[in-house]
This record gives sequence, structure tokens and C-alpha cells, in this order.
Amino acid sequence: MMEFRKEFFADDRDDDLVTIGQPVRRQDILGHVTGRSPFYDDHLFEGLLHIRCARAPHHHARIRRIDTSEAERMPGVVRVLTGRDVPRNLNTLLSLLDFGLDDEPILAETKTAYRGEPVAAVIAETEAQARDAVLKVRVDWEELPHVLDPEESLKPGAPVVCDVYPLNRFVYHGKYDHQKLRYGDVEAAFAAADHIVEGRYQMSPIEQAPIETCGAIAAPEVNDRYVCYTGTQGLFFSLGTAAKVLQMPSSRLHFVGGTVGGGFGGKVDSVHEPIAILGAMLTARPCKFAWDREEEMQVGAPRGAERWYIKDAVARDGRILARKFTGYFDAGAYTRLSSYAVIKSVGHLPGPYTIPNVSADVYCVYTNRTPSTAMRGFGITGVDFAIECHMDKVAETVGMNPIDLRILNAYRDGDMKAHRRVAKNCALVECCQVVADKAGVTLAAEARDATSLTGGGGARGELPAFTRTDDHGRVEGFDTGSYARKGGTAPASASPPRSPVPARAEGQRASAGGSMPPADAARSRAPAQPQPAPQAPVQPPASAAQVPPASERTAQPGAARRAGALRFSSLSGFRRR
Amino acid sequence: MAKKPVTFTLNGAERAAFADDGENLLQFLRRGVGDLGPKYGCGQGSCGACTVLVDGAPHLSCLMLAEAVAGRRVETVSGLARDGALHPLQEAFMDGFAAQCGYCTPGMLMAAKALLDRNPRPSRDEVVEAIGGNLCRCTGYAPIIEAILAAAERRATA
Ligand code: FES
Ligand code: FES
Repeated sequence: MMEFRKEFFADDRDDDLVTIGQPVRRQDILGHVTGRSPFYDDHLFEGLLHIRCARAPHHHARIRRIDTSEAERMPGVVRVLTGRDVPRNLNTLLSLLDFGLDDEPILAETKTAYRGEPVAAVIAETEAQARDAVLKVRVDWEELPHVLDPEESLKPGAPVVCDVYPLNRFVYHGKYDHQKLRYGDVEAAFAAADHIVEGRYQMSPIEQAPIETCGAIAAPEVNDRYVCYTGTQGLFFSLGTAAKVLQMPSSRLHFVGGTVGGGFGGKVDSVHEPIAILGAMLTARPCKFAWDREEEMQVGAPRGAERWYIKDAVARDGRILARKFTGYFDAGAYTRLSSYAVIKSVGHLPGPYTIPNVSADVYCVYTNRTPSTAMRGFGITGVDFAIECHMDKVAETVGMNPIDLRILNAYRDGDMKAHRRVAKNCALVECCQVVADKAGVTLAAEARDATSLTGGGGARGELPAFTRTDDHGRVEGFDTGSYARKGGTAPASASPPRSPVPARAEGQRASAGGSMPPADAARSRAPAQPQPAPQAPVQPPASAAQVPPASERTAQPGAARRAGALRFSSLSGFRRR
Repeated sequence: MAKKPVTFTLNGAERAAFADDGENLLQFLRRGVGDLGPKYGCGQGSCGACTVLVDGAPHLSCLMLAEAVAGRRVETVSGLARDGALHPLQEAFMDGFAAQCGYCTPGMLMAAKALLDRNPRPSRDEVVEAIGGNLCRCTGYAPIIEAILAAAERRATA
């Protein structure tokens, strides 16, 4: 039974949402049930050629020499592509948004960093002939030491996975080797806590496993253009990537897509389109580049593995006073979308709970594993698993029912979140109450009577008076002006033009359910906060004017403004302010 | 490469086409005959997207040689609707949100048709059994099972 309590989303929705619980016909359903939906491989071409890749058999290896001559002489082979044929054989997906350095070759030329990395693409009359010829591509390998665990990869002396990031970690904002969150002062809270609760959590990679494997077909069109039928989830992403890799204006590329046989995030990497189009360019014939099921599972980028360490300061009554995260995202050999997974993840911390002191260091780490990418809530799912396991552990420590503990700590409307936005349209309290009801769990009286509409805001809606910051993980030599250029003209120490604008407490909902009870106001104040000076939420935090100790810098809320038309931040939800 | 002529019945119509030596039925139907209904999901018999009926029984076309259907009756999703009228299974899939991406749907529908043709009022367990070889990554199966049961119901009461 679906139930929609509209009062909790009154600000968001003015419709009546009458379709919830009602059957609805998809607009594309007729094509699906008649077998006529045009998936990319449902376009037939006369004289279609088939592309298959020769792949690295090692986790990490240097390429001494690639010899394609024998493969080229195999029956049915039309052409064999190597990295030298690719106009721009280095790319990173999010370079289209100026986020990250080009780090991944389309076809590896000098070394491979994961098992299954492509080194050559055979184009043949039939798929079977392409398969046979792939076995005849001779590569002189020099195996290199490899690393498969993100924490091992961060240790001094670990093999360098990707030369572009010699520290084996993505560089954020040209400045730090990890993504940081600093809110309040966790160390002070740990010193004053009744309990310290620590945990370590991890999850393995997960393959999206769409029933249609990834692929694309490209063919020459008239007027020096190429058409590309693709199963991509991001048609314009793939278009932009192909235009960049092939160094041609996108106006010469005609992309057709939109019918995707299951994606779940695994069809954004734009691996197939550039190679299929390159094949069509160099053979002047239609070319299909598709993974078989084995490739889909082996070299298709999965949701990446994550490992999390969580440390909480907890009061005897179950209030969480501070939470510190150290997180490792296993990007695999190249960045793909893992850098963005970390940004999303850190924006989500500390979970749906009002915690006055939060700190996080989250690393996007390279290992010699298959690159990882998007998948349904990537960046959030793994850490949510960790957080909710940890909530149970906290409940056990203080001897509380875990649902009572969640309700006690849940966001209420008007609370300040660790990423400096005001919580609104909260409904965790109510969800917990329904869960308890359905599970036959008797809640404590306060938990039963709680609501998301009351008890928040006030002191709970204020930014911490003091936020401890640090230079941990600072790196040099990465240009802060542009993510896409390493070692540019601006030295890393020179500040980019900054335009500090105060964090704005937005969307404070007009008190819908009465005023805040005094008990909650008192409870919300973290004991660790030095002198929480009352302040209006719309004003800059008082800490901005404090003179910090030499080793610390006070957080400047609000992002530094940078040059560039389209900033990644505007897409990841951190709007320029 | 040696080519063999294969004559068979496809969705009620006589067809003849050349099959490559060793070509599987899935590729033959899609590339040789031009019936794009059956889908490739694995090529190794594990997903069921390529399911077609041969003489009324479900077969994985990726594991069957094209020449094996010579003289036999092949049915695919493309022939499920007759004279502009959808099959009750198609109607039920549409009404019950039993497809999302739609890629497993051609195989699901054919597996379900084989079941209803030989057992017009299957139990839920029999439905689950019948589509046990068909993977769907989108729907979680429940709407598909419901739709097949609804189609059986609809046919019985029609
Ligand atoms: S394609 Fe035949 S079972 Fe998957
Ligand atoms: S609807 Fe997508 S696989 Fe079944």
C-alpha cells in the first residue's frame, strides 16, 4: 500500500499526486510489447563490420611493443586500430564539465592499468573473424607490480596506477588530495563525549548488468558526417566525448539514441561511440562495436568498491554530538565518474541526522582494478549502508531501541545540515514511526510523539560558531584555475580570485507546526561548541572574522568563484553563490 | 563461407533464407531474415532475451543452430499481435507496467505464451517456473508475474 502524506511536501508539490498507487501506461510500452522499440542494434546496415578489442591480460603492465601485422593478415580483417589512430588518445569523461585531468587512453599505447584494458581494435567482416584476429595481436608485455586495495594504494611506495595522478588519488579543486567536509569541531566533541563509537564498513563493486550489453553502430553519412546509433544513457555526453576524442566538430556527428536496454548508470562511459565512429571513418563502412556478455561483466565499469571509517561522539542519552568520516572510493584504474561519486557522497554526510560537528576526508583512489562509474545512487548507497549500520551500533552502545535513536537524531525542518543548507521537507521521523508500527516495535513516548515539523530550527538551524579547518592533504602543482590542465601557469599557492559570499540559510519554512519546544532547543546545542553566539541565519558566520591559530584557517563558506562557462559545481548541486 | 538455405515457417508465413555455416538462430533471424524481435543479451543461454518458440516450445535462439529450424514452425514476439489485435499477454504487460527498458520483454512474452498455450490457467508457481530462464534487470519480476496471471484470467473470462 502506497501512502503519500502530502503535508510533508506541501512546499514542493501543489498537485494532488493522484497517480500514486494507480496503474499507468508507459509511453514507450507499445513498442516494448510488440518488439518494435528501436534499440541501437535493431538498425540494419548493409556491409556492417564488427569491432573487437585485444585486451591486457595483466593487472598492470608496460607495453613494450604492439604488433598487429599478423592480425591484419587474418581472414576478413579490414583494419586494426591502435592508440596511434585515435586523434586525441587521452580523455576523462568529466572534462566536458572541466572537472578532472585527462587520464585514460582510448586504446592504451604505453601501459595498461587494469586487466582487460583495450590495446587494439580489430575491424573485420564478421564477429567471428574479429574474435579470431584479436588472438593474433601480439603485445610484448612487461608486467608491473599492481595494487588492488585502495588503502594499500595510498601507502608510500605503492605502484603508481595512473601517471597523471602520481599519488594514486584524484585532486580536488586543484588543492587537496581528497574531498573535505569541515563543520564545527569534532575533536573537541570527542574529548567531551560519554561514548566514542567507531566502525569500519565496506562494500564490493556491483555490476549494473543491463540485459542489453553496451555498444554502438556508426556509419558514414552524406556531407562528410557520421551517424551513430548507440545505447548510451547520456546521448550528449557521448556526442561531446566522441567530438573531443576524434577532434571533430560535433556538427559532423549525428547521434541517435534514447532507447536503452537497461542502463542503471553503466551506459554513460562513452567507450563505444568514439571507436565505432573512428572505424567508420577509417574504413568508410558501417562499424559495430559492442561488448559481449563476458566483456560487460569483466571490463564494464561497475559501481566502485567503498570503505568507510566512522567515529561518533555520543551522549549518554543517545544524541550524536560529532561524526567523523574517512572514506575510500575505489575508482579502479581511471577516474570515469568516481571523482563525482565522492562529491555527491560528501554532500550527503552525515546522513539524515542533525549532528553539530562533522568532519570528513574522502578519497577517490586509483587501483589496478576495472574503472568504476555511475550506478543508481552511486556515492550515496555505500555510505548510507555504513551510516545505518553505524546507527545500530550507536543504539547498542547506549542501550536504546535503534528506531528511537534515529528519531532522536533525525533532521527536523529548519535544522542546519553539515553542508550548510537548511533542512526542509524532512520526513525521516514519520518514516521511522511507520516502520516501527509495521514491525510491531513499541517506540518511546517522545519518539512516538515526535514530528519533523517541530523541534527543528532555532539554535539547531545555526551554523557552528567555530569550524576547525586544516591543510591536511594539500597538494602542489595542480592548477586551481582549470581542472583540465595540470601544472598550468598559476602556481597552486596563488589564490584564485575569490569572492567569498556568506552561506545562505535558505528555505526556512514558516513554522507550520507551532514553535520549538524549549527542551529541544537546549538539546540541540552541542556541548563542544565554544560560545555559540546567537546569529540570524542569513548573516555570515561570526567565525569568518575570527583570527585563527597559525596552523588553522577558518572556513570560508561559499565557494571561490572560478573562470569557466560551465562549472561542475553547478551540476552537482553546489550552486555558485 | 558455406551458406545453407533454410526454409521454415516464421509467425505463420513460409520463409526461406541463407544461413552461414554454424550461424545461430538468433543471428539468423535478426540479420538474415530481418526479424529484430528476439534480442541478444548474453549469447550463452543465460538470459532468455532471445527466447523464441519452435513448434510451440520455448527455445533459446542463441544456442540453436539456424539450420535446426528447417521445416519447423518458429514464433517470435513480432508475430504475437494478429491482424492489428494485441495478444492478451501484450495487453496485460501494458496495463501492469510489466516492462521498463523493454529489452527482456520479447523473450518474456514468448516464454509466457508457451506456458499459456499448454496450460491456460497456470498457478503462480507455474508462472515463476516458466519464466525462470528469463532475466529482467529492471522490474523485479513481480509485475511480470502478475501480468501473466492477469492475461490468463482475461483469456479465461473473455
Ligand atoms: S541471448 Fe540467448 S539466452 Fe541470452
Ligand atoms: S524491462 Fe529491462 S530487463 Fe526487463
